[in-house]
Amino acid sequence: MQRDVEPPDEEGTPAARQRTIEIITLAVVLAFSAVLMWDNWRNGIDWESSGPKPGYFPFYVALICAGAALYGLVKEVFFPPDPHEPFVMRDQLKRVMQVFVPTLAFVPVTQLLGIYVASFLLISGFMIWVGHIKPWKSILTAYIFSAIMFAVFEIAFDVIMPKGPLEHLMGY
Amino acid sequence: MESLGLLLLGFKVLMTWKTLSLMMVGLTLGIFVGVLPGLGGPNGVAILLPLTFTMDPTSAIVMLSCIYWGALFGGAITSILFNIPGEAWSVATTFDGYPMAQQGKAAEALTAAFTSSFIGSLVAVLLITFLAPRIATFALKFGPPEFFAVYLLTFCSFVGLGKEEKHKTIISMAVGLLLAAIGMDTVSGQLRMTFGSQELMRGVNFLVAVIGLFGISEILLTMEESLSLKGHAAKISLKVVFQVWGSLPKYWATLVRSSVIGCWLGITPGGAIAASFMGYNLAKRFSKDRESFGKGRIEGVFAPETAAHASGTAALLPMLALGIPGSGTAAILLGGLMVWGLNPGPLLFVEHKDFVWGLIASMYLGNVVGLVMVLSTVPFFAAVLRVPFAAIAPMIVVSCAIGAFAIQNAMFDIWLMLGFGIVGYVFKKIRIPLAPLTLALVLGSRAEDAFRLSMIGAAGDLTVFWSNTLVGTITTLAILLLFWGPIGRMFGYAGRVFSDPTANPKT
Repeated sequence: MQRDVEPPDEEGTPAARQRTIEIITLAVVLAFSAVLMWDNWRNGIDWESSGPKPGYFPFYVALICAGAALYGLVKEVFFPPDPHEPFVMRDQLKRVMQVFVPTLAFVPVTQLLGIYVASFLLISGFMIWVGHIKPWKSILTAYIFSAIMFAVFEIAFDVIMPKGPLEHLMGY
Repeated sequence: MESLGLLLLGFKVLMTWKTLSLMMVGLTLGIFVGVLPGLGGPNGVAILLPLTFTMDPTSAIVMLSCIYWGALFGGAITSILFNIPGEAWSVATTFDGYPMAQQGKAAEALTAAFTSSFIGSLVAVLLITFLAPRIATFALKFGPPEFFAVYLLTFCSFVGLGKEEKHKTIISMAVGLLLAAIGMDTVSGQLRMTFGSQELMRGVNFLVAVIGLFGISEILLTMEESLSLKGHAAKISLKVVFQVWGSLPKYWATLVRSSVIGCWLGITPGGAIAASFMGYNLAKRFSKDRESFGKGRIEGVFAPETAAHASGTAALLPMLALGIPGSGTAAILLGGLMVWGLNPGPLLFVEHKDFVWGLIASMYLGNVVGLVMVLSTVPFFAAVLRVPFAAIAPMIVVSCAIGAFAIQNAMFDIWLMLGFGIVGYVFKKIRIPLAPLTLALVLGSRAEDAFRLSMIGAAGDLTVFWSNTLVGTITTLAILLLFWGPIGRMFGYAGRVFSDPTANPKT
């Protein structure tokens, strides 16, 4: 595979450290399990005549999860194995964003224009602006791909996909 | 032998033009998926699963399992020609495969990889043919406590035997179990953890999570690395194929050893990755000429590939016989079974004979056809790798979105998939394993049901998990596995003390 996206930068500066991200993630996991513990506690975590109440099983799973996250937090805050290990370099983050931001935009566009038009825009746009591939090649590739998808899902397999004004014009 | 008769029945199910052509399509798609670095076995199967919703279960599983075989074969092409493993389990193949390609022996390396893949799978399929029906018959006697004990064993072995930090494995598994419990409680009908959201009432769909966790996150990771690389061209001639096959008997010990390791690790949830490394390391350790490993030795290709494929195939054994997947991809296939309205587990062997034996027969046929296909189409698939990643990446994103939407026709699921993509990316980078999450997500509600049914049956008495020899043994084994690390150290320590009375206990 040729990755002609951006030439790799040998040095680069870290955009975030492994330890920071790990602490944030573990804190989020801890908060997530605390909220779920509370919600399950409301559903009843004790036993009734027929067995455990609905909240019993998830409550204890959330408790275990919270315990593991707390252990990890204490370990990372007080005894980090390698406090300077980078999580992601700046130029790496830039490339990740180059694919993530268009993907994020792709979802509302799908809602508005349907998935086939949205994928045509995503593929052609990505190839032209991120991949620096010749526009005619990019547009042709995107068109062929979207058309194949349409033929496979809409016509051959009858799988329902989000559609927009263009498909309605064509009578689908 | 009863198994042989049933296997013949399976081949009969398979021998229609429709099934055979689906097999070819599945294999081609699978090799594709295996070759592309942004995709792999689990995501490929997850993304392509919606295609099968309108098929009958037997055609669907044949196509999906062929995608799986294809992905297993395809991973080797990139490792050897481009030094990028398409799959985590082909990392060990690059150690000797790429040096061989550099020395102009790419064709030999590829033939060796494909052939040993084939041998590994074949051994595992033979094991499945003769062992799975027996285990299933045995498991028919299981009640809820036994099933819960088996689930517990699966979860505990992940924590105890996994290479990652224990608390991270536990977090991953617990998050999976919690996500599985979102939505309607199957026993009481009460809503749990939905926080009034209509969208969450449906629950978190397993496949949506998998597509995000593996598919989207893999794209983000691949973009991050952005390597520019040069590949080696390869064309396989019949002469080379026969040369390599002729040398096979010389390496019988390596092949047997790797097959056994692979089958063993495939059945115990640990996965193909560990198997391929272990196969490689053992081949190196047993070799008389250790120095030549890593410099392009054909044995270094045989060993990891045989083990990886044996374990990838053997992972389907517990899925078929007990309804417990031995690997991530097996977990997704299991999710597929449920979509088609089949209840995975021992009853499958009784109620859906043609389905089970059709699947097993397709493992034999799929591997034979796959071997011929990869040997003849290598130049074509190597050319696929020269397609710029900037074209492949958005196409994979679109395929992921289509897959996620098709499962429940919900726009919300595409957003959910994106969310799981970020989670998958962060988890992978901070080394929280994703396999336990996947497994817990697919098994979660069944494990909880088994637990609650046992509790109802036993009137809340936890000793029901030790109420007879069978369930007691499984539960005890599960707890032993959970504390495998500390127990192992204890034995190691005791062993040192007893074997060497002069040893200082403090060291």
